[in-house]
Amino acid sequence: MELNFQHIQAAHCENGVTTNLLKHSGFHQITEPLAFGIGAGIFYIHIPFLKISGGPAISFRTMPGQIFTRTCRALGVKIERKTFSSKEKAQQFLDDCLAKGQPAGCQVGVYHLTYFPKEFRFHFNAHNLVVYGKEGDTYMVSDPVMETVTTISAHDLERVRFAKGALAPNGQIYFPKQMKAISEEQIKRAIVKGIKHASWFMTETPVPILGVAGIRFTAGRIKTWRESLGPRRGGLYLAQLVRMGEEIGTGGAGFRFVYAAFLQQAHAFVPKDELLEISKQFTAIGDLWRASSVQASGIYKGRMTEQQDFNVMGDMLLNIADKEKAAFKALYKIKW
Amino acid sequence: MKKDEIPQDPSPLDKFTKEVCYAVDETGEYTTALSRGWQVKADALGITWEEAQARTANAREKVKSGEASPILFFMELNMMDLAIVAAYTGFWQWTVKRHLKPDVFKNLSEKKLQKYAEVFDVTVAELKNMNPNGA
Repeated sequence: MELNFQHIQAAHCENGVTTNLLKHSGFHQITEPLAFGIGAGIFYIHIPFLKISGGPAISFRTMPGQIFTRTCRALGVKIERKTFSSKEKAQQFLDDCLAKGQPAGCQVGVYHLTYFPKEFRFHFNAHNLVVYGKEGDTYMVSDPVMETVTTISAHDLERVRFAKGALAPNGQIYFPKQMKAISEEQIKRAIVKGIKHASWFMTETPVPILGVAGIRFTAGRIKTWRESLGPRRGGLYLAQLVRMGEEIGTGGAGFRFVYAAFLQQAHAFVPKDELLEISKQFTAIGDLWRASSVQASGIYKGRMTEQQDFNVMGDMLLNIADKEKAAFKALYKIKW
Repeated sequence: MKKDEIPQDPSPLDKFTKEVCYAVDETGEYTTALSRGWQVKADALGITWEEAQARTANAREKVKSGEASPILFFMELNMMDLAIVAAYTGFWQWTVKRHLKPDVFKNLSEKKLQKYAEVFDVTVAELKNMNPNGA
Protein backbone atom coordinates (compact mmCIF):
# COMPACT_ATOMS: atom_id res chain seq x y z
CA MET A 1 0.00 0.00 0.00
CA GLU A 2 1.34 3.34 -0.93
CA LEU A 3 -0.20 6.66 0.05
CA ASN A 4 -0.24 9.52 -2.36
CA PHE A 5 2.41 11.65 -0.70
CA GLN A 6 4.32 14.53 -2.22
CA HIS A 7 8.01 14.56 -1.33
CA ILE A 8 9.66 17.96 -1.27
CA GLN A 9 13.32 18.21 -0.36
CA ALA A 10 14.25 20.55 2.48
CA ALA A 11 17.37 22.06 4.01
CA HIS A 12 16.52 20.79 7.48
CA CYS A 13 14.86 17.45 8.15
CA GLU A 14 12.25 18.48 10.69
CA ASN A 15 11.20 21.53 8.67
CA GLY A 16 10.77 19.22 5.72
CA VAL A 17 8.72 16.66 7.62
CA THR A 18 6.51 19.40 9.08
CA THR A 19 6.02 21.09 5.71
CA ASN A 20 5.31 17.88 3.83
CA LEU A 21 2.89 16.52 6.44
CA LEU A 22 0.95 19.80 6.66
CA LYS A 23 0.81 20.04 2.88
CA HIS A 24 -0.49 16.50 2.74
CA SER A 25 -3.23 17.43 5.20
CA GLY A 26 -4.33 20.23 2.92
CA PHE A 27 -2.48 23.32 4.16
CA HIS A 28 -0.91 24.36 0.88
CA GLN A 29 0.52 27.73 1.89
CA ILE A 30 3.13 26.20 4.18
CA THR A 31 6.75 26.38 3.05
CA GLU A 32 9.93 25.27 4.73
CA PRO A 33 10.90 28.78 5.90
CA LEU A 34 7.41 29.38 7.30
CA ALA A 35 7.48 26.10 9.22
CA PHE A 36 10.94 26.93 10.55
CA GLY A 37 9.99 30.45 11.61
CA ILE A 38 6.60 29.64 13.10
CA GLY A 39 8.12 26.66 14.87
CA ALA A 40 10.90 28.92 16.19
CA GLY A 41 13.53 26.42 15.13
CA ILE A 42 16.49 28.70 15.68
CA PHE A 43 18.40 27.59 18.75
CA TYR A 44 21.79 27.45 20.39
CA ILE A 45 23.16 25.69 23.42
CA HIS A 46 26.66 24.84 24.60
CA ILE A 47 26.54 22.53 27.59
CA PRO A 48 29.76 22.73 29.59
CA PHE A 49 31.30 19.59 31.15
CA LEU A 50 29.32 17.32 28.86
CA LYS A 51 31.06 15.68 25.89
CA ILE A 52 29.43 14.33 22.76
CA SER A 53 31.53 11.87 20.74
CA GLY A 54 34.60 13.20 22.47
CA GLY A 55 33.93 16.82 21.56
CA PRO A 56 32.05 19.82 22.92
CA ALA A 57 28.30 19.42 23.44
CA ILE A 58 26.96 22.11 21.14
CA SER A 59 23.56 22.05 19.50
CA PHE A 60 22.03 24.37 16.95
CA ARG A 61 18.70 22.54 17.13
CA THR A 62 15.84 22.27 19.56
CA MET A 63 14.60 18.96 20.87
CA PRO A 64 13.38 16.73 18.04
CA GLY A 65 9.65 17.16 17.47
CA GLN A 66 9.61 20.75 18.76
CA ILE A 67 9.39 22.52 15.42
CA PHE A 68 6.52 20.30 14.35
CA THR A 69 4.67 20.69 17.63
CA ARG A 70 5.10 24.45 17.82
CA THR A 71 4.16 25.08 14.22
CA CYS A 72 1.00 23.00 14.50
CA ARG A 73 0.03 24.49 17.83
CA ALA A 74 0.46 28.04 16.57
CA LEU A 75 -1.70 27.24 13.55
CA GLY A 76 -4.37 25.61 15.66
CA VAL A 77 -3.78 22.13 14.25
CA LYS A 78 -4.39 19.21 16.61
CA ILE A 79 -1.53 16.73 16.58
CA GLU A 80 -0.82 13.18 17.60
CA ARG A 81 2.62 12.57 19.08
CA LYS A 82 3.64 9.36 20.76
CA THR A 83 6.65 7.46 22.01
CA PHE A 84 6.77 3.77 22.78
CA SER A 85 8.56 1.36 25.03
CA SER A 86 7.48 -1.66 23.00
CA LYS A 87 8.92 -2.10 19.52
CA GLU A 88 5.97 -4.25 18.43
CA LYS A 89 3.44 -1.63 19.49
CA ALA A 90 5.44 1.07 17.75
CA GLN A 91 5.33 -0.85 14.49
CA GLN A 92 1.66 -1.73 14.93
CA PHE A 93 0.81 1.92 15.48
CA LEU A 94 2.70 2.95 12.37
CA ASP A 95 0.97 0.23 10.31
CA ASP A 96 -2.43 1.35 11.60
CA CYS A 97 -1.66 4.93 10.61
CA LEU A 98 -0.76 3.88 7.10
CA ALA A 99 -3.87 1.70 6.87
CA LYS A 100 -5.93 4.75 7.78
CA GLY A 101 -4.19 6.71 5.05
CA GLN A 102 -2.10 8.86 7.37
CA PRO A 103 1.60 9.30 6.56
CA ALA A 104 3.59 9.59 9.77
CA GLY A 105 6.64 11.58 10.85
CA CYS A 106 9.22 9.52 12.70
CA GLN A 107 12.25 10.51 14.74
CA VAL A 108 15.18 8.23 13.95
CA GLY A 109 18.86 7.73 14.66
CA VAL A 110 21.11 7.93 11.61
CA TYR A 111 23.68 5.32 12.63
CA HIS A 112 21.75 2.38 11.18
CA LEU A 113 20.02 4.31 8.43
CA THR A 114 20.90 2.04 5.54
CA TYR A 115 20.41 4.49 2.68
CA PHE A 116 22.91 6.97 4.16
CA PRO A 117 26.50 6.39 3.06
CA LYS A 118 28.87 5.26 5.78
CA GLU A 119 30.54 8.68 6.09
CA PHE A 120 27.39 10.27 7.47
CA ARG A 121 26.39 7.57 9.91
CA PHE A 122 27.14 8.84 13.38
CA HIS A 123 25.26 8.19 16.59
CA PHE A 124 22.98 11.13 16.02
CA ASN A 125 19.39 10.59 17.03
CA ALA A 126 17.59 13.75 15.98
CA HIS A 127 16.86 12.95 12.36
CA ASN A 128 13.30 13.01 11.03
CA LEU A 129 11.55 11.36 8.10
CA VAL A 130 8.07 10.50 6.88
CA VAL A 131 6.87 6.94 6.33
CA TYR A 132 4.16 6.97 3.68
CA GLY A 133 3.69 3.39 2.57
CA LYS A 134 4.42 -0.28 3.11
CA GLU A 135 4.93 -3.05 0.61
CA GLY A 136 5.45 -6.46 2.15
CA ASP A 137 8.32 -6.00 4.54
CA THR A 138 9.54 -2.71 3.12
CA TYR A 139 8.52 0.76 4.19
CA MET A 140 8.42 3.69 1.82
CA VAL A 141 10.23 6.67 3.21
CA SER A 142 10.31 10.33 2.35
CA ASP A 143 13.51 11.66 3.91
CA PRO A 144 13.53 15.45 3.48
CA VAL A 145 17.29 15.72 2.99
CA MET A 146 17.16 13.32 0.04
CA GLU A 147 16.36 14.38 -3.47
CA THR A 148 13.92 11.52 -4.00
CA VAL A 149 11.93 9.07 -1.91
CA THR A 150 13.54 5.86 -0.73
CA THR A 151 12.76 2.62 1.10
CA ILE A 152 13.86 0.85 4.24
CA SER A 153 13.22 -2.68 5.55
CA ALA A 154 10.98 -3.20 8.56
CA HIS A 155 13.94 -4.52 10.55
CA ASP A 156 16.10 -1.49 9.78
CA LEU A 157 13.27 0.93 10.47
CA GLU A 158 12.74 -0.62 13.87
CA ARG A 159 16.43 -0.28 14.55
CA VAL A 160 16.61 3.42 13.71
CA ARG A 161 13.36 4.20 15.53
CA PHE A 162 14.79 2.58 18.63
CA ALA A 163 18.33 3.87 18.36
CA LYS A 164 19.94 4.43 21.74
CA GLY A 165 22.07 7.16 23.26
CA ALA A 166 21.50 10.90 23.69
CA LEU A 167 18.01 12.03 22.55
CA ALA A 168 16.94 8.43 21.93
CA PRO A 169 13.84 8.53 19.73
CA ASN A 170 11.93 5.75 21.57
CA GLY A 171 9.94 5.23 18.41
CA GLN A 172 8.61 8.78 18.42
CA ILE A 173 5.90 9.24 15.82
CA TYR A 174 3.86 12.34 15.02
CA PHE A 175 1.35 13.73 12.54
CA PRO A 176 -1.42 16.31 12.29
CA LYS A 177 -4.58 14.71 13.64
CA GLN A 178 -7.28 17.17 12.83
CA MET A 179 -7.17 19.66 10.10
CA LYS A 180 -9.39 22.69 9.78
CA ALA A 181 -9.09 25.37 7.16
CA ILE A 182 -6.42 27.83 8.28
CA SER A 183 -7.28 31.48 7.83
CA GLU A 184 -4.91 34.22 6.75
CA GLU A 185 -5.41 35.82 10.17
CA GLN A 186 -4.29 32.62 11.88
CA ILE A 187 -1.12 32.45 9.81
CA LYS A 188 -0.37 36.06 10.74
CA ARG A 189 -0.76 35.34 14.41
CA ALA A 190 1.35 32.20 14.14
CA ILE A 191 4.15 34.13 12.44
CA VAL A 192 4.17 36.79 15.14
CA LYS A 193 4.16 34.11 17.81
CA GLY A 194 7.09 32.30 16.19
CA ILE A 195 9.15 35.48 15.87
CA LYS A 196 8.43 36.45 19.46
CA HIS A 197 9.43 33.04 20.71
CA ALA A 198 12.69 32.83 18.74
CA SER A 199 13.80 36.38 19.53
CA TRP A 200 12.91 35.93 23.18
CA PHE A 201 14.86 32.69 23.35
CA MET A 202 17.97 33.97 21.61
CA THR A 203 18.32 37.22 23.57
CA GLU A 204 16.24 37.17 26.75
CA THR A 205 16.86 33.79 28.37
CA PRO A 206 18.91 34.48 31.48
CA VAL A 207 21.14 31.42 31.07
CA PRO A 208 24.67 32.09 29.84
CA ILE A 209 24.87 28.93 27.72
CA LEU A 210 21.68 29.49 25.72
CA GLY A 211 21.05 31.56 22.62
CA VAL A 212 23.33 34.48 21.86
CA ALA A 213 24.97 34.17 25.28
CA GLY A 214 25.75 30.55 24.44
CA ILE A 215 27.57 31.63 21.28
CA ARG A 216 29.63 34.05 23.36
CA PHE A 217 30.35 31.23 25.80
CA THR A 218 31.61 29.01 22.96
CA ALA A 219 33.75 31.90 21.68
CA GLY A 220 35.41 32.17 25.08
CA ARG A 221 36.04 28.43 25.27
CA ILE A 222 37.56 28.28 21.79
CA LYS A 223 40.29 30.67 22.86
CA THR A 224 41.32 28.23 25.60
CA TRP A 225 41.26 25.10 23.44
CA ARG A 226 44.76 25.35 22.07
CA GLU A 227 46.21 25.76 25.54
CA SER A 228 44.15 23.02 27.16
CA LEU A 229 43.90 20.48 24.34
CA GLY A 230 46.74 21.20 21.95
CA PRO A 231 46.32 22.28 18.33
CA ARG A 232 45.22 18.88 17.04
CA ARG A 233 42.47 18.12 19.55
CA GLY A 234 41.50 21.77 19.50
CA GLY A 235 41.09 21.39 15.76
CA LEU A 236 38.94 18.30 16.25
CA TYR A 237 36.70 20.27 18.60
CA LEU A 238 36.33 22.96 15.95
CA ALA A 239 35.55 20.29 13.35
CA GLN A 240 32.76 19.13 15.65
CA LEU A 241 31.44 22.70 15.86
CA VAL A 242 31.41 22.95 12.08
CA ARG A 243 29.79 19.54 11.70
CA MET A 244 27.06 20.41 14.18
CA GLY A 245 26.48 23.69 12.41
CA GLU A 246 26.74 22.84 8.75
CA GLU A 247 26.39 19.10 8.26
CA ILE A 248 23.31 17.54 6.65
CA GLY A 249 20.22 19.25 7.96
CA THR A 250 22.34 22.28 8.84
CA GLY A 251 22.12 24.55 11.91
CA GLY A 252 24.57 27.44 11.70
CA ALA A 253 24.77 29.50 8.54
CA GLY A 254 22.06 27.39 6.87
CA PHE A 255 19.55 28.18 9.60
CA ARG A 256 20.28 31.91 9.33
CA PHE A 257 19.56 31.84 5.62
CA VAL A 258 16.33 29.90 6.16
CA TYR A 259 15.38 32.41 8.85
CA ALA A 260 16.12 35.31 6.53
CA ALA A 261 13.91 33.63 3.90
CA PHE A 262 11.22 33.22 6.57
CA LEU A 263 11.28 36.94 7.38
CA GLN A 264 10.86 37.74 3.69
CA GLN A 265 7.93 35.37 3.37
CA ALA A 266 6.47 36.63 6.64
CA HIS A 267 6.40 40.13 5.14
CA ALA A 268 3.84 38.92 2.61
CA PHE A 269 1.49 38.11 5.49
CA VAL A 270 2.47 40.79 7.98
CA PRO A 271 3.57 43.87 6.03
CA LYS A 272 6.06 45.32 8.48
CA ASP A 273 9.00 46.78 6.63
CA GLU A 274 11.35 46.06 9.53
CA LEU A 275 11.09 42.39 8.58
CA LEU A 276 12.78 42.94 5.23
CA GLU A 277 15.51 45.01 6.83
CA ILE A 278 16.19 42.40 9.51
CA SER A 279 16.07 39.66 6.88
CA LYS A 280 19.08 41.34 5.24
CA GLN A 281 20.86 41.37 8.59
CA PHE A 282 20.34 37.63 8.92
CA THR A 283 21.72 37.03 5.45
CA ALA A 284 24.85 38.91 6.53
CA ILE A 285 25.02 36.92 9.78
CA GLY A 286 24.78 33.67 7.81
CA ASP A 287 27.73 34.80 5.73
CA LEU A 288 29.67 35.47 8.93
CA TRP A 289 28.93 31.93 10.13
CA ARG A 290 30.28 30.63 6.85
CA ALA A 291 33.42 32.73 7.19
CA SER A 292 33.93 31.36 10.71
CA SER A 293 33.67 27.81 9.36
CA VAL A 294 36.36 28.63 6.80
CA GLN A 295 38.58 29.93 9.61
CA ALA A 296 37.89 26.77 11.63
CA SER A 297 38.76 24.57 8.65
CA GLY A 298 42.13 26.31 8.38
CA ILE A 299 42.80 25.17 11.93
CA TYR A 300 41.58 21.60 11.68
CA LYS A 301 43.32 21.11 8.36
CA GLY A 302 46.53 22.00 10.17
CA ARG A 303 47.31 25.06 8.05
CA MET A 304 46.96 27.35 11.06
CA THR A 305 48.03 26.20 14.48
CA GLU A 306 48.89 29.32 16.47
CA GLN A 307 47.05 30.69 19.47
CA GLN A 308 46.42 33.75 17.34
CA ASP A 309 44.29 31.64 14.96
CA PHE A 310 42.13 30.32 17.78
CA ASN A 311 41.73 33.90 19.03
CA VAL A 312 40.59 35.04 15.61
CA MET A 313 38.07 32.19 15.54
CA GLY A 314 36.74 33.17 18.97
CA ASP A 315 36.49 36.82 17.97
CA MET A 316 34.57 35.87 14.84
CA LEU A 317 31.98 34.13 17.00
CA LEU A 318 31.84 37.14 19.35
CA ASN A 319 31.16 39.34 16.37
CA ILE A 320 28.41 36.97 15.24
CA ALA A 321 26.91 37.02 18.73
CA ASP A 322 26.82 40.84 18.70
CA LYS A 323 25.18 40.98 15.30
CA GLU A 324 22.62 38.32 16.21
CA LYS A 325 21.82 40.06 19.43
CA ALA A 326 21.09 43.28 17.54
CA ALA A 327 18.97 41.49 14.94
CA PHE A 328 16.91 39.47 17.42
CA LYS A 329 16.48 42.49 19.69
CA ALA A 330 15.11 44.44 16.75
CA LEU A 331 12.66 41.59 16.09
CA TYR A 332 11.73 41.41 19.74
CA LYS A 333 10.93 45.10 19.83
CA ILE A 334 8.67 45.24 16.80
CA LYS A 335 5.23 46.56 17.78
CA TRP A 336 2.75 44.24 16.06
CA MET B 1 24.90 34.06 0.55
CA LYS B 2 24.15 34.79 -3.09
CA LYS B 3 22.82 32.05 -5.28
CA ASP B 4 25.96 31.89 -7.41
CA GLU B 5 28.12 31.61 -4.27
CA ILE B 6 26.61 28.29 -3.24
CA PRO B 7 29.58 25.93 -3.04
CA GLN B 8 29.71 23.03 -5.49
CA ASP B 9 32.69 21.07 -4.22
CA PRO B 10 33.10 17.32 -4.62
CA SER B 11 32.28 15.69 -1.29
CA PRO B 12 31.04 12.45 0.28
CA LEU B 13 27.53 13.80 -0.39
CA ASP B 14 28.04 12.91 -4.04
CA LYS B 15 27.27 9.32 -3.19
CA PHE B 16 23.66 9.90 -2.33
CA THR B 17 22.11 13.32 -2.56
CA LYS B 18 22.48 17.02 -3.09
CA GLU B 19 21.67 19.51 -0.39
CA VAL B 20 19.07 22.23 -0.56
CA CYS B 21 20.52 25.67 0.18
CA TYR B 22 18.71 28.94 0.70
CA ALA B 23 20.31 31.91 -1.00
CA VAL B 24 19.36 35.27 -2.48
CA ASP B 25 19.01 35.83 -6.22
CA GLU B 26 19.93 38.99 -8.19
CA THR B 27 16.84 40.84 -6.97
CA GLY B 28 17.50 40.07 -3.31
CA GLU B 29 14.67 37.53 -3.07
CA TYR B 30 15.32 34.22 -1.33
CA THR B 31 15.27 31.10 -3.43
CA THR B 32 16.61 27.56 -3.15
CA ALA B 33 19.26 25.72 -5.10
CA LEU B 34 21.05 22.42 -4.80
CA SER B 35 24.63 22.13 -3.60
CA ARG B 36 27.01 19.31 -4.31
CA GLY B 37 28.95 19.91 -1.13
CA TRP B 38 31.39 22.24 0.54
CA GLN B 39 35.09 21.56 1.01
CA VAL B 40 35.03 23.01 4.53
CA LYS B 41 32.40 20.47 5.58
CA ALA B 42 34.04 17.61 3.73
CA ASP B 43 37.25 18.36 5.62
CA ALA B 44 35.46 18.45 8.98
CA LEU B 45 33.97 15.07 8.18
CA GLY B 46 37.31 13.76 6.92
CA ILE B 47 39.27 14.69 10.01
CA THR B 48 36.57 13.21 12.24
CA TRP B 49 36.84 9.94 10.35
CA GLU B 50 40.63 9.92 10.51
CA GLU B 51 40.36 10.36 14.25
CA ALA B 52 37.84 7.51 14.51
CA GLN B 53 40.14 5.24 12.50
CA ALA B 54 43.14 6.17 14.61
CA ARG B 55 41.17 5.33 17.74
CA THR B 56 40.15 1.97 16.27
CA ALA B 57 43.73 1.13 15.32
CA ASN B 58 44.87 2.14 18.77
CA ALA B 59 42.19 -0.05 20.35
CA ARG B 60 43.26 -3.00 18.19
CA GLU B 61 46.84 -2.65 19.46
CA LYS B 62 45.61 -2.47 23.04
CA VAL B 63 43.60 -5.66 22.64
CA LYS B 64 46.54 -7.43 21.01
CA SER B 65 48.87 -6.44 23.81
CA GLY B 66 46.37 -7.69 26.39
CA GLU B 67 45.51 -4.29 27.83
CA ALA B 68 41.86 -4.40 26.83
CA SER B 69 39.16 -6.80 25.73
CA PRO B 70 37.83 -6.92 22.15
CA ILE B 71 34.82 -4.95 23.34
CA LEU B 72 36.98 -1.82 23.28
CA PHE B 73 37.89 -2.47 19.66
CA PHE B 74 34.29 -2.93 18.56
CA MET B 75 33.20 0.03 20.60
CA GLU B 76 35.66 2.29 18.77
CA LEU B 77 34.91 0.63 15.44
CA ASN B 78 31.24 1.50 15.88
CA MET B 79 32.10 4.99 17.14
CA MET B 80 30.36 4.29 20.41
CA ASP B 81 31.22 5.44 23.88
CA LEU B 82 30.46 3.74 27.18
CA ALA B 83 27.09 5.44 27.48
CA ILE B 84 25.96 4.25 24.06
CA VAL B 85 27.20 0.67 24.56
CA ALA B 86 25.47 0.62 27.92
CA ALA B 87 22.21 1.91 26.40
CA TYR B 88 22.22 -0.69 23.63
CA THR B 89 23.23 -3.67 25.78
CA GLY B 90 21.22 -2.74 28.84
CA PHE B 91 24.27 -3.17 31.10
CA TRP B 92 25.35 -0.45 33.51
CA GLN B 93 28.18 1.75 32.33
CA TRP B 94 30.46 0.49 35.09
CA THR B 95 29.65 -3.08 34.05
CA VAL B 96 30.67 -2.35 30.47
CA LYS B 97 33.82 -0.70 31.77
CA ARG B 98 34.58 -3.87 33.74
CA HIS B 99 34.02 -5.99 30.64
CA LEU B 100 36.74 -4.01 28.92
CA LYS B 101 39.27 -5.85 31.07
CA PRO B 102 40.59 -8.96 29.30
CA ASP B 103 40.45 -11.07 32.46
CA VAL B 104 36.82 -10.28 33.07
CA PHE B 105 35.96 -10.67 29.37
CA LYS B 106 37.44 -14.20 29.33
CA ASN B 107 34.90 -15.39 31.86
CA LEU B 108 31.83 -13.72 30.41
CA SER B 109 28.80 -15.97 29.93
CA GLU B 110 27.66 -16.86 26.44
CA LYS B 111 24.49 -14.86 27.02
CA LYS B 112 26.36 -11.67 27.76
CA LEU B 113 28.71 -12.17 24.83
CA GLN B 114 25.68 -12.71 22.61
CA LYS B 115 24.31 -9.33 23.70
CA TYR B 116 27.52 -7.56 22.73
CA ALA B 117 27.70 -9.48 19.48
CA GLU B 118 24.19 -8.35 18.54
CA VAL B 119 24.93 -4.73 19.27
CA PHE B 120 28.11 -4.83 17.21
CA ASP B 121 26.48 -6.83 14.40
CA VAL B 122 28.92 -9.76 14.56
CA THR B 123 28.90 -13.37 15.76
CA VAL B 124 30.26 -14.33 19.16
CA ALA B 125 33.26 -15.99 17.50
CA GLU B 126 34.01 -12.82 15.53
CA LEU B 127 33.64 -10.80 18.71
CA LYS B 128 36.19 -12.95 20.52
CA ASN B 129 38.64 -12.93 17.61
CA MET B 130 38.25 -9.20 17.03
CA ASN B 131 37.22 -9.98 13.50
CA PRO B 132 34.64 -7.62 12.02
CA ASN B 133 32.58 -8.60 8.97
CA GLY B 134 33.79 -12.19 9.24
CA ALA B 135 36.87 -11.29 7.18
